Amino acid sequence: MTAVTPAPPSTAVDPAPVSAVPPSRPGGRPRLRTAAGFAFGAALLFAVAPLVLSDFRLSLLAKYLCVAMVAVGIGIAWGRGGMLTLGQGVFFGLGGYAMAMHLKLADAGPAGMPDFMQLYGQLDELPLWWRPFASPWFALPATVLLPMAVAFGLGSLVFRRRVRGAYFAILSQALAAAMVILLIGQQGTTGGTNGLTDIKGFFGYDLDDPVNQRMVYFIIAGTLLALLALARQLIHSRYGELLVAVRDGEERVRFLGYDPASVKLVAYVVAAGMAGLAGALFVPAVGIISPALIGIVPSIEFVIGVAVGGRATLLGPVLGAVAVAWARTALSERFPGTWTYLQGLLFVVVVAFLPGGLASLWALARRRDGSAAPARRGWSPLARRRAARRTEVPAA
Amino acid sequence: MTVLFGQLFTGISIGAVLLLIALGLALTFGQMNVINMAHGEFIMAGAYTTYVLQQSITGAGLSLVVALPVAFVVAGTMGALLEVLLIRRLYARPLDTLLVTWGVSLMLQQLARDVFGSPNVQTRAPELLTGNVALPGGLTIANNRLFILGLALAAVAALTLALRLTPLGRRIRAVVQNRDLAAVSGIATSRVDRTTFFVGSGLAGLAGVALTLLGPIGPTMGTNLIIDAFLVVVVGGIGQLKGSVIVAFALGVLQATGEYLTTLSVAKVIVFVAIVAFLQWRPQGMFTLRTRSLA
Repeated sequence: MTAVTPAPPSTAVDPAPVSAVPPSRPGGRPRLRTAAGFAFGAALLFAVAPLVLSDFRLSLLAKYLCVAMVAVGIGIAWGRGGMLTLGQGVFFGLGGYAMAMHLKLADAGPAGMPDFMQLYGQLDELPLWWRPFASPWFALPATVLLPMAVAFGLGSLVFRRRVRGAYFAILSQALAAAMVILLIGQQGTTGGTNGLTDIKGFFGYDLDDPVNQRMVYFIIAGTLLALLALARQLIHSRYGELLVAVRDGEERVRFLGYDPASVKLVAYVVAAGMAGLAGALFVPAVGIISPALIGIVPSIEFVIGVAVGGRATLLGPVLGAVAVAWARTALSERFPGTWTYLQGLLFVVVVAFLPGGLASLWALARRRDGSAAPARRGWSPLARRRAARRTEVPAA
Repeated sequence: MTVLFGQLFTGISIGAVLLLIALGLALTFGQMNVINMAHGEFIMAGAYTTYVLQQSITGAGLSLVVALPVAFVVAGTMGALLEVLLIRRLYARPLDTLLVTWGVSLMLQQLARDVFGSPNVQTRAPELLTGNVALPGGLTIANNRLFILGLALAAVAALTLALRLTPLGRRIRAVVQNRDLAAVSGIATSRVDRTTFFVGSGLAGLAGVALTLLGPIGPTMGTNLIIDAFLVVVVGGIGQLKGSVIVAFALGVLQATGEYLTTLSVAKVIVFVAIVAFLQWRPQGMFTLRTRSLA
């Protein structure tokens, strides 16, 4: 007779779901995985892409990577922080215009003026607010600091008064509208609808030269990787946890003694800085910055890539943004009308029925393997942290 | 003095257009806390309805009169369809609704481009509305502006009366004030939502008819209007109409004055700054509905 031996207590008392989900916990192996991931990404961007792609395709990729930088910022502000910002074009534009103004002045030479000013403005001398941009020591920091300052100004006013949710989204969109109208209205000093075009040089290098275009691509790829590393550190820091907590329960965080307004402000300002940097690098890659690139419509299009890839993940926004931008070029070359329908459909289908983006499909597939227990969103900090890492989307 | 009154009337007529657009939004946003970005495309639908009707009804005045109810029903039906198919599935996620309806608006714009072509089209205004009214003191007021002002005020009056007096209005107010309690009291909230969406979108259709008097009709006409209208609702405070009415005219006058003193582009920035400053003072908008609901 064989007695049914009870399982030894050590296994019977399962230490709960905590140990059930090792892959996403910080520690030795994930860190290694992250490093490997970065190495893989770097190899892809720096070795494979330049070898495989033609010069034309590579410069297109450079443009997409700029959009991806904006997406990283939106991923932090919207995906992790719950702030749907529909005005990232403003910050992209501020960075882009700051850079373009400097490059135009550098093209024109020490005593010259940008060509369009005589054309539209009939100005005899450079407007006062253009002058500091002649110096790279002012212009380059300004590409990042100017957007951050604007975001700080708006954010500190708005978040402190607890304007949030849809209200904040509308305000950020109105900012984009106001900025575009201002740029177009001040044609004499901003280039109006045309924007700042025909940029030839980049710190002494001729931008028409394919070799220099390639260099610009490498700078952009390197910057994107650096921003991703920054975003990863931010997400996995204590601050990152707090940001997600504010997203999911702002009042609770306030009762715990934190100030949600400043938590949100940091994420918004960081996102603005990233968008500004993206705009600044977009200018040498594409050679133009104009109101049409930063208005309401492009601002909201930045968001769709993030939604498609998976808003709350690290890589999702980047991959989504590149994929959407690539699909746009590929399709709108041949069927311009079809692309608009498809884009609309993408918004509807992804946001309504797959709010976690494509990343959630990935997580779903992995869960089906049975290797991991289903995510449980509990009240405990650990459970919530785990849930957050799993790209779950808040009930906004 | 004449200049002052002239500017004041310009402001009021800008405000009337804003009000007409924002009225429907105030209804849908107020009741369901849902931002419908496709509202601008319902305006466009109303405008194209006028255009289509004018192809078959030759008299410009008659076609305008016919267009008002038809556009209301066309836009309202589109709104009710949108509510049934998409928005009701997303009530707990207002930000996502915003993005989804933006996608819908993109598709509707492209649809308009495919059906009517991308160039703008024009309607003929009835002769009665093309002239000016001369006021004492050398002031003239364009008839079409006066018509729009009248239409906006009539719409406000009709909506206010409907909300106060009809059974449907009572149900709508109940749902706005406390959705759960309304549901518990036997109101079919989802049916009320659908009707509200029909009426709100129908009002957008009316706005579209009015806009044909002011300018050309194009596929993207909605996008440019919608943000100002949302600002009106946000600043006015949701859940009631009087805030939107006051704010629409206030913003109109501010815009006109700013435009007169500086330029159009600077005026827009002034309006934006004024709105942010106002929200510092009253973040919930000008009037808030006092309810006992916890939300």
